[in-house]
Amino acid sequence: MVEWTAEERAAIQDIFNSLDYEDVGPKALQRCLIVYPWCQRYFGGFGNLYNAEAILSNPMVAAHGIVVLHGLDRAMKNMDDIKQTYAELSVLHSEKLHVDPDNFKLLADCLSVVIAGKMGTNFTPEIQAAWQKFLSVVVSALGRQYH
Amino acid sequence: MSLTAKDKSTVKAFWAKIASKADAVGGDALSRLLVVYPQTKTYFSHWSDITPGSAPVMKHGRTIMGGVATAVGVIDDLIGGLLTLSELHAFKLRIDPANFKLLSHCLLVEFAIMFPAEFTPEVHVSMDKFFAALGLALAEKYR
Repeated sequence: MVEWTAEERAAIQDIFNSLDYEDVGPKALQRCLIVYPWCQRYFGGFGNLYNAEAILSNPMVAAHGIVVLHGLDRAMKNMDDIKQTYAELSVLHSEKLHVDPDNFKLLADCLSVVIAGKMGTNFTPEIQAAWQKFLSVVVSALGRQYH
Repeated sequence: MSLTAKDKSTVKAFWAKIASKADAVGGDALSRLLVVYPQTKTYFSHWSDITPGSAPVMKHGRTIMGGVATAVGVIDDLIGGLLTLSELHAFKLRIDPANFKLLSHCLLVEFAIMFPAEFTPEVHVSMDKFFAALGLALAEKYR
């Protein structure tokens, strides 16, 4: 089981408390599709992803970014059993969506960059460490049911 | 994933914008690396003080950014242009190349924090590619 210090819990909770889902969600997914274009393979039905401008103005990408970001809510609410919390979503990503789990880390990194941009110097090294620890637990849980 | 002409011009343009703050960026990124990835502290056991923002850390951040500036200058031939630095990292420092990715990530986070308007997704992808190519060039002489 993952051990969380009080400081880590507080840091992660703080980020969620001030998280603007409608802004950060789209930005994180857009950045992922631009910086790691091979991720576009999972979004064949999303229309024009041909270049950065198209991705940045694509409404389906923006909407899906919000969905994905809200997906983190359940981890935040169940920090002491993220593994079990994501079992079903892991099966979904493996069996139905066929997403290479290496991609989860790429999106996680883009999310960290977007949050850093919004929080500025408030995104201290310690807060970054807690946040990335949280994301790595989520990423691990999402990859756990793959076989 | 080699650098296109667009990548190179994007890197040079972004570097020109941030060059005056490069030292601070380097020091902060290194501070971040030591806290977010504690295993990297193993390379600095000989320092008196590895707390974020300490004098040795900030000084070393300047050294690293000097290397990045050199790399920007030889962006058309990173492997050839960075041979000496590669030998240093291969035979003297022997830093596991996996750590280059970790520092790259911390640098990208610093860019997002300090230059939120300029660090667009397009700049992000070119800088990420550049740092990956830089890491490869630094690891060139390892084996």
